[in-house]
Amino acid sequence: MPRAVAPTPARPAGRDARPAGDRAEKHRPMVRFDTVTRRFADVTAVDRLGLDIREGEFFALLGPSGCGKTTLLRMLAGFERPDDGRILLAGEDIAAVPPWQRPVNMMFQSYALFPHLTVAGNIAFGLKQERLPRPEIDARVAEMLRLVRLEGLGGRRPHQLSGGQRQRVALARALAKHPKVLLLDEPLAALDKKLREETQFELMALQERLATTFVIVTHDQEEAMTMADRIGVMNHGRLAQVGTPAEIYEQPRSRWVAGFIGDVNLIDGTVAAIASDGIEIADAAGRRFRAAGAPPVQTGDAVTLAVRPEKFAVATGADAAGADVAGAAPVNSVAGKVADIGYLGDISVYKVRLDDGTVLKASVTNAHRHTTPAIGWDDTVRLSFPPAAAAVLTE
Amino acid sequence: MPDVTDRRTSPGERLIVALPYLWLVAFFLVPFLIVGRISLSQTAIAQPPYTPVLDLSAGLSGIADFVRALSTETYGLIASDDLYLFSYLKSLQVALVSTAILLVIGLPIAHAMARAPARLQPLLVVAVMLPFWTSFLIRIYAWMTILQHDGLLNQALLALGLVDTPPVWLATDTAVIIGIVYSYLPFMVLPLYASLQKLDETLMEAAADLGCPRWKSFWLVTVPLILPGVGAGCLLCMIPIVGEFVIPDLLGSSETMMIGQTLWTEFFSNKDWPVASAIAVVLLVLLVGPIAGYEALQSRQIREGR
Repeated sequence: MPRAVAPTPARPAGRDARPAGDRAEKHRPMVRFDTVTRRFADVTAVDRLGLDIREGEFFALLGPSGCGKTTLLRMLAGFERPDDGRILLAGEDIAAVPPWQRPVNMMFQSYALFPHLTVAGNIAFGLKQERLPRPEIDARVAEMLRLVRLEGLGGRRPHQLSGGQRQRVALARALAKHPKVLLLDEPLAALDKKLREETQFELMALQERLATTFVIVTHDQEEAMTMADRIGVMNHGRLAQVGTPAEIYEQPRSRWVAGFIGDVNLIDGTVAAIASDGIEIADAAGRRFRAAGAPPVQTGDAVTLAVRPEKFAVATGADAAGADVAGAAPVNSVAGKVADIGYLGDISVYKVRLDDGTVLKASVTNAHRHTTPAIGWDDTVRLSFPPAAAAVLTE
Repeated sequence: MPDVTDRRTSPGERLIVALPYLWLVAFFLVPFLIVGRISLSQTAIAQPPYTPVLDLSAGLSGIADFVRALSTETYGLIASDDLYLFSYLKSLQVALVSTAILLVIGLPIAHAMARAPARLQPLLVVAVMLPFWTSFLIRIYAWMTILQHDGLLNQALLALGLVDTPPVWLATDTAVIIGIVYSYLPFMVLPLYASLQKLDETLMEAAADLGCPRWKSFWLVTVPLILPGVGAGCLLCMIPIVGEFVIPDLLGSSETMMIGQTLWTEFFSNKDWPVASAIAVVLLVLLVGPIAGYEALQSRQIREGR
C-alpha cells in the first residue's frame, strides 16, 4: 500500500534529474494511442485516450483500480481490441496484428509461468516459437538467467522457487525475445515491501542497461515515482495528467491529481489580485495567500491553492506569534493549534487547526534525535510557505 | 501445521475413520476372497455347484482337507483355451477404440464448456449429466431401434443420399462402440472439464504473448497441463468398458464376445462358477496395473504441488 505521506525532500522523488526528455525528444514515439476507446458492456474502460510513449523511456500508468490502466496495457499486448481509435507501434497501426506477432512482451501480474516447464523451459518458450537454432536458444537462456541473477536455477520448476525468484523468471521470459516494448502489469504487487523496494531499483538499472521501452501499470504512486521517467495518471478511462514525477507532484493539473499523488492541503479561494510575479488569493476566512507561477486566471476566478505538507515551515514558541507582533502583514503564514501528531520515524506529521476550524497538515523531517518532542499537542504553531511552493489549481 | 497425530482420538472419532475401511472389507475384500476361493474350486453338480465345500464341523482336519482340495486347474483351463484369450483381447480392443473416440469427442465438448460464460457452465454440466435421468437400459434399447435395418440412422442416411442400400448396424462392433461411446461420454467429459476449468486463462495469454498462435498453445500448454484429467477420463471410461456386458449383449453379435459376456455364459449357461470366478480374478489383475499406475501418477503430482 502506498504510504499516507508523500516523499519528503529527504527522499528525492523520481528520476527527474535524468535528462530523459532530451534524449527521447529526437525520436518518434514508440507507442502512440490515438483517441482510443474501449467499452465493456456498460463501462467505458478507456475513453478517447491519446498518449505518446517515447522510445527507451520508462513509462508508468498510474491510477486507482478500475481506471482503465490495465485495459490500456492489454490493448497494447493485443489481448483487447480498441472499439475506436488507433494504436501505433513504431509508427505502424497494430490493430490487425494478433498478440503472438506483436514485438512486445508482457510480464503478468500473476507471472503466469508455465508450471509444467522448468525455469529454462519457460525462458526458452518464446524463443522456440521463433524457431531459433538450439545453441542460440541455449545461449540466450543463459544470458537471461545471468541478467536476472538466477544462474544455476534453470532446471527448477516454478513451484520450487520463492516469490521473488518467480518474479525474476517472469521478467527474464518477457525480456528473452528482446521486445521493442516491455509491458509490466503490477510486476511487484505480489512481493513484500522490502523486496519490492529492492526490485524497483533492479528494474530501473535493467531498463537503463537494455534501453528497452518499459511500460508499467501500477496503483502504487511511490513505485511509479521511483521508477518512471514519466507518469500517466489515469482516472475513469482518461489521462488526468502526463508528466515527469516532479511535474506531477509539484505542478498537479487538477485537484484530483494533487490528492491522488501524495498528501496535499487544498485551500479554496478566489483570485484577489494579479501581479507580474504571481497572484494573490483570498479564502473564505479572508486570509490572503500569494502564489507564484499560476496558470492564466482572471480576478474573481475560483481557484484552489495546493500546498504539500512538507512545504510548510513550522515555527513554534515566540516565532509563532512573531510575525503578527512585527506588524507587517504575514505572507502565506497562518497560526493554529496542533490537533494531532503522527510520528513516522523519518518525519513527523502535524495536523494544525486554524481559528476557523480549517485543518492543515504539515510534515517536518526529524533531522535530529530528540528525547522530548519539540512540538506537543495544543501548542500554538505558525505555518508558512514561500509563494513558489504552492500550486494554483483551476480544475 | 499443528501436529494431529499426538492428539487423543475418542472411540467415536476412530469409528468414523474406520467406517469406510469396514465398508471396503465387508463389500469389497470379503466378496473378492469368496470369488477367489471359488476360482480355485472345481465345478460339481451340487448345491453350491462346486467343490470343495468347507466343512467346519470336521474341525481342523476339515480345514486341511479343504485347503488340499483347492487347485489352480481353472486358471490352466483359461490359459489353454484361446476362447478366453480372444475374449480378453476383444474387450481390450473395444475399450481402447471406444476410449480413443471418447477422448476425441469429449475434449472439444469439455473445452467449449470450460470456455463458456461462467453463469452458463452449471447448466452445461447438468446437460451433460441429463441422460442419467433416463434408465440406462431404455437408452440402449432406444439405440437398438435407431440402429435397426429401417431405423432412424438408416432413414437419415438414405434421405441424405449418403448410402444406396441401408447398411447393417445392429450386431456389429460398430454398434457396440456407438452404444459405449454414447453411454460413457459424461465420464470422459466431466474429468476433462474439471481440469480445463482449473486452467489459468492467463497461461494462454502468456503463450500468445510469447509468439504462440492459439492452436499451438493448446498443444504446448493446455494439453500438458490437463494430462491428469485426460488420464482420469480415459481410465474412468476404459476400466468399466473392458468389463462391459449389457451394451455388447444388446447391440453386439454373439460371435465376437467381450469378456463380460464370456463370464456371463460361463456362469449362467455353463453353470461353471469356478471358471467364471477365475475370469473375474484375471480381469481384476489385468486392470489393477493401469489403476495403480494412475494412482502413482496422481500422488506424484500432488507431492510436486503442481
